[in-house]
Amino acid sequence: MSESAAEPLLSIRDLRVEFETDAAAVAAVRGIDVSIAAGETVALVGESGSGKSVTAMSVMRLTEGRIAAGSIQFQGRDLAHVPEAEMRSIRGGQIGMIFQEPMTSLNPVFSIGQQIEEVLRLHQQLSAPAARTQALELLQRVGISAPARRIAQYPHELSGGMKQRVMLAMAIACRPRLLIADEPTTALDVTIQAQIMELLRSLQREFGMAVLLITHDLGVVAHFAERVLVMYAGKIVEQGSVRDVFKRASHPYTQALLAALPDPQNPRKRLAAIPGRVPSPAMLPPGCAFCARCAHAFEPCPVRQPPLFAVGEGHHAACFLRE
Amino acid sequence: MSVPVGPAPAIEALAAPHADAEALGIAETPAQQLWRTFRKDRLAMLGLYALCTLLAVALIGHLLTSWWVLFDPTTVRLPDKLLPPFSTASSALSAELMPPFHAYPFGTDELGRNVFARMLQGAFVSLSVGIVAVSISLGIGITVGGLAGFYGERKLGPLSIDSLLMRFTDVVLCFPTFFLILTVVALLPPSIYNIMIVIGITSWMSTARFVRAEFLALREQDFVTAAKALGLSEGRIIFRHMMPNAMAPVLVSATINVAHAILTESALSFLGFGVRPPYATWGNILADGRSYIFDAPWLFLIPGAAILLVVLAFNLVGEGLRDALNPKLRKRVG
Amino acid sequence: MWRFLARTIVQRLLLLVVISIVSHTVIHLAPGEPSEVDAMNPMMKAEDVARIRKSFHLDEPIYLQYVHWVKDLATGELKSFRDGLPVVPKIWQRFLNSLPLFLCTTVIVWTASFPIGIHAALKRGSRYDRSTTFVAYTLISIPGFFLSYVLILWVVRIFQLPVIGLATFGTERANGAVRVMDRVWHLAIPSIMSALTGIAVLSRYVRAQMLEVLGQDYVRTARAKGLDEDHVVYGHALRNALLPFVTMFGLLLPGLISGSVIFEQVFAWPGLGLLGYEAILARDFPVILTLNFVAAALTLFGILLSDILYALVDPRIRLQ
Repeated sequence: MSESAAEPLLSIRDLRVEFETDAAAVAAVRGIDVSIAAGETVALVGESGSGKSVTAMSVMRLTEGRIAAGSIQFQGRDLAHVPEAEMRSIRGGQIGMIFQEPMTSLNPVFSIGQQIEEVLRLHQQLSAPAARTQALELLQRVGISAPARRIAQYPHELSGGMKQRVMLAMAIACRPRLLIADEPTTALDVTIQAQIMELLRSLQREFGMAVLLITHDLGVVAHFAERVLVMYAGKIVEQGSVRDVFKRASHPYTQALLAALPDPQNPRKRLAAIPGRVPSPAMLPPGCAFCARCAHAFEPCPVRQPPLFAVGEGHHAACFLRE
Repeated sequence: MSVPVGPAPAIEALAAPHADAEALGIAETPAQQLWRTFRKDRLAMLGLYALCTLLAVALIGHLLTSWWVLFDPTTVRLPDKLLPPFSTASSALSAELMPPFHAYPFGTDELGRNVFARMLQGAFVSLSVGIVAVSISLGIGITVGGLAGFYGERKLGPLSIDSLLMRFTDVVLCFPTFFLILTVVALLPPSIYNIMIVIGITSWMSTARFVRAEFLALREQDFVTAAKALGLSEGRIIFRHMMPNAMAPVLVSATINVAHAILTESALSFLGFGVRPPYATWGNILADGRSYIFDAPWLFLIPGAAILLVVLAFNLVGEGLRDALNPKLRKRVG
Repeated sequence: MWRFLARTIVQRLLLLVVISIVSHTVIHLAPGEPSEVDAMNPMMKAEDVARIRKSFHLDEPIYLQYVHWVKDLATGELKSFRDGLPVVPKIWQRFLNSLPLFLCTTVIVWTASFPIGIHAALKRGSRYDRSTTFVAYTLISIPGFFLSYVLILWVVRIFQLPVIGLATFGTERANGAVRVMDRVWHLAIPSIMSALTGIAVLSRYVRAQMLEVLGQDYVRTARAKGLDEDHVVYGHALRNALLPFVTMFGLLLPGLISGSVIFEQVFAWPGLGLLGYEAILARDFPVILTLNFVAAALTLFGILLSDILYALVDPRIRLQ
């Protein structure tokens, strides 16, 4: 478990999220713990299907799955169990979220001004002129030039990068304590990616927000996150500071991920792929989920699920090798 | 610098009503997947059973009323006219006029004809009118849509092929269809083939639109480029590679069009312009029964109910196909 | 946008001319002439037939006949083959009869379909959804005249009430209120019957469109902003879902003629549909041609209306 000096802002304990299928309930998230301190940037990394997006959506209670077990402590309330009306005031107000596809995340029939003002008027009860002024300031802050002209424009008139800036503006409009960014740059060009991430960082510093960054891009993690949690098949397999995890990767999966990155120093080196496939959540083995693909699997692996073992200060790996 | 993204299943895909077999680890062809999804829709399966039954009844009925004549639809038996369903034949009839089992399951009409026999005969004719008409419309629609979609930008004079063909489609769409059919059918010599042709040449437009849309989308896909790079001829690319992929909406539209064709034929018969004797369709049995609606309601209700059930079955199957084919496109990676 | 509109109008007018030419050709190419309708009438002598043919220009080449038709139509001189009366007033009169039926049907269809469809989309998979789906399919599959006749049978047998026609025979001399009530009653049944299929089809579209929109990313964003469900559905989703229906609205116009043929026949409603039917039976070319033309004109006007409405409503088109 990660220590924080003060009470963490967000504390997820033993979260389990299930989806109903024709056969039985399938668990996408199988008991994970996540702690985020105020102002901290935490990255949640994994392949598609690892359960990272489901975790993020669960914090906002926007997932179609059911929170079967666990708690999500935020500012003294358990988000997994608060009434819907309270959850609505938290969404957009205390916790903001931006998504992966900026191209389709804005309503095409409302101007961007209307959409930003909507969230301001909802959570802060501002009057129309006050909301308009705030919206203009926000557009300015997220780096959109000529905000007075842009504010009346419709989403289809903006580029992908600009749309993502607008999404950010909406998400931070009410100065949330926590921003959840679900793959914010995956759908953008590389140069725009860097700009958006820099913007995110400067906004975070200015408002003192914590950021939960969901991504599969290890480069983004290295540049922007302080701590990282690696997820595989619905469980956290390694967690720690970015430095620790990257330099001293202790779980075979993390090691394999890092090894699979192309080496810019040695362009001719063969790419090391991880053999096998991520198992389907409906057909998980009883033991460690990574066992079948692991080069170091030994006798306890297929039988029992490994808990998180400490491998350093604030650094844990869920592997029997580290027992 | 990203993590190699493996072909992992999205959890949402598992929970979706049409779970991907790949997610569950089974290898399936698209056809098998379609069938598996279709099978889950109970109404659609009901429709399918009904259609199979109808097909069997139509074929057997055709046999039994035309070749090994067991139920004769044309025998006039005046002593036995206007009998309600499930009545027995009167003993006054001579042996060759006697219906099988001495009974009339659906009663008799104003000429004493066995309604059951007429319905059996009509099944085959109604169905064939629908199917032939739709085949004609499919032929035209696929050709027009395929050409527009594939050769779209090539120009013939000032206009591109695509806009020429689409304008042509728009023009035909502008015609008040039913009124036009009525006009033409009323003025042409009344024959079953004329009706099939007329219905066929007025209902190809939606098929053409679907095919064109699919082709436009498919044309950009990599497998077409790859096929071209391999040197395959255009004809082969169109027919062997692109066409099978575009067939999905065509199948849906064809099923629903058959339903529509059967309804149109019955409407035409109702107005007096349908298929003439000796062919009996359910449409003209219905039209004939109109005069007796108060005295012998079964003459009207039975063919009407039959048309309703058949058209409903086609519609259910068509909608079931549409649902089964669609959500594949909506899968989201999580 | 205005240039776009002007261009569209011109295109549509051209299209109208093309359609009228094609209709004219088709009708004249088909066998069957007005003079043949009464062929069995022993009173018709050869000279009479020749005289009829001459007065209706039937001996002239086809393009000249077309010119005659256009000229007569434009000057209001166009006369029916059947009874020699001018065509345009006849059509106008029948139009006025068809109009209330059409308006009533349209209103019923559009006010009923949206709540049904939206509710079905919101409660997808529920018993309400499944039963409305089944009822919708059944209504689509039933031949319109069949259902109407069944209903007439039922109403007449059980309630002993008159249903056919514009008004009950003999009410012309009754006082105002009774006449109005009678007219309303006679209007209600055919409208409802006509409307049933329309409701079935439209509510399915509404449902499908709502479901599609509810699955979009911007709806997820709206929820993430903390909006309550009503705002998300009626403020964000519905506004998008309604867009295609604005265009459909314009396309309703042609239903004034083609939709009504069957129902006017069943309920003996003397409107445009019935006029067309009678004209076809009598091979009354001028009436048929003009009706076809009117129907095509309505279609094109409807399409134009749709284009305009869509341009007004969708900001993506408006700002080109």
